Amino acid sequence: MPEVLSPVVVGVIVFVLAAFVGFELITKVPPTLHTPLMSGSNAISGITIVGAIIATGAGSGTLGSILAFVAVVTATVNVVGGFLVTDRMLGMFRKPKRAEDGK
Amino acid sequence: MSIDTRALLYLVAAVAFILGLKRLGSPRTARSGNTIAAAGMLMAVIVTLVDAEVSWSILGPGLAVGALLGGFTAVRVQMTAMPQLVAAFNGFGGIASALVAGAEFVKADGLELPTETMISIIVSVLIGAITFTGSFVAYAKLQGLIGGSPVTFPGQKLFNGLLAIGVVTAGVFTQISQDPLPFWIIGAVALVLGVLAVIPIGGADMPVVIALLNSLSGMAAAATGFVISNSALIIGGALVGASGLILTKIMTEAMNRTLGNVLFGGFGVEAGASGPTGGDVTTTTPEDLAIALAYASQVVVVPGYGLAVAQAQHATREVASALEAKGVKVAYGIHPVAGRMPGHMNVLLAEADVPYDQLLDLDQTNNLLPRTDVVLVLGANDVVNPSARDDAGSPIYGMPIIEVDHAAMVVVIKRSLSPGFAGIDNPLFYRDGTRMLFSDAKQALTSLGSALEDV
Repeated sequence: MPEVLSPVVVGVIVFVLAAFVGFELITKVPPTLHTPLMSGSNAISGITIVGAIIATGAGSGTLGSILAFVAVVTATVNVVGGFLVTDRMLGMFRKPKRAEDGK
Repeated sequence: MSIDTRALLYLVAAVAFILGLKRLGSPRTARSGNTIAAAGMLMAVIVTLVDAEVSWSILGPGLAVGALLGGFTAVRVQMTAMPQLVAAFNGFGGIASALVAGAEFVKADGLELPTETMISIIVSVLIGAITFTGSFVAYAKLQGLIGGSPVTFPGQKLFNGLLAIGVVTAGVFTQISQDPLPFWIIGAVALVLGVLAVIPIGGADMPVVIALLNSLSGMAAAATGFVISNSALIIGGALVGASGLILTKIMTEAMNRTLGNVLFGGFGVEAGASGPTGGDVTTTTPEDLAIALAYASQVVVVPGYGLAVAQAQHATREVASALEAKGVKVAYGIHPVAGRMPGHMNVLLAEADVPYDQLLDLDQTNNLLPRTDVVLVLGANDVVNPSARDDAGSPIYGMPIIEVDHAAMVVVIKRSLSPGFAGIDNPLFYRDGTRMLFSDAKQALTSLGSALEDV
């Protein structure tokens, strides 16, 4: 039986590589888009909603249920609000109108 | 579905996040990027729902309340309030991660957890809780619910240090005893630490704080990913953590500060040292300004947050349109710290229908200024202060500025000669090539607009 990597080590590998991808991607975002970038990336951090959903089924008493409920509410606010407000902002970024300006 | 299938589907969601962030790199593709990231999120949620044994009596109402609250806020919020909103959403994300980790601890119910899981749980609770209270202090400062000035008390750093040591000790005890009490103490202390960390930071430094909290909310999600062994959380969290850190670095560099200086410096307490240098200013009128602008070939507008406070973005855009109709080229020079969060001023101008190709960053602006006939400084002060470049004794010395004094003519629209946020006098106002127009920004722009019609 070959040796198997522990899940934590796999997680650390994934984390480090993803962080480098993040650095590469974000460095290229122009200052004009920094606010939508923040609200959009903030919505992505709402991925913790996955954990909140799983936690509702843990069946660990009243305390566990309360924690899970509040986690679902706050994560959903983060996800739904974050993506919607980012979309609203990006919808305001108007394309340059060459035809009109060029006279 | 098998655990492998699920893991691969979570990977697809993570790839959607990466593609979404990549498309956020250009204004043309950004909106679709956000949609792709949102689709990835929806997919991750569906994949989770297919297999997980969820309690719908908890989940259903939770999702409904969260979606209504988040959706309503997102649709209603004003663009000037965007920093507060992002701060609040950061806080919600942080506490959600902490609560998921807390629920995992409760589920174990005294059974011994592996050390690495326990460490992940504690890190998640710690970062998540600090993000939560820290974000809401930032929210309160930005919203004006509490004063923006730094709140400090003697021995504050020592006290924070002791609390941090206490958290580590409680963490060790939690692992040794698997007892709930030290665990809840960690959560409580982390909540207090969040308040204490942000309360000494002044309002002008909030852009840095929000960027840092953004990063922390990602880190908390990643830590929770380790708790529940989920790669989507680890990847999503790492991306956001990296993104927030880069923005933090950009903002501190734009202020010529270090992160440590922002967090522990108590800026604004020591400021106000230099008195007014005095000297004569040259004033101008909207009519004279209209003539100077109409005969210029290149005009650059340098907006500051004062412009947004005066709700004068639309009036600015109208003046710019009138000038463009006369064949004058108009651009906007935006300093990274012009708004209350990174890129805030760009959003406010986009809302006023300014095309994004006219929004220039610091370097682009400084390259254009030597070829600029008139610079219009609207509600900006410290970011155009030549002392930052010339006066080694100035508190803002070394901060990169928009070098408006390289243009042929500078016009500053300002209510009075009062100093800006940092309380530093601005020699620009007393320069030979500078004209001052003392007025409320909106009023000045309206008069300017009607004066332009007569030119």
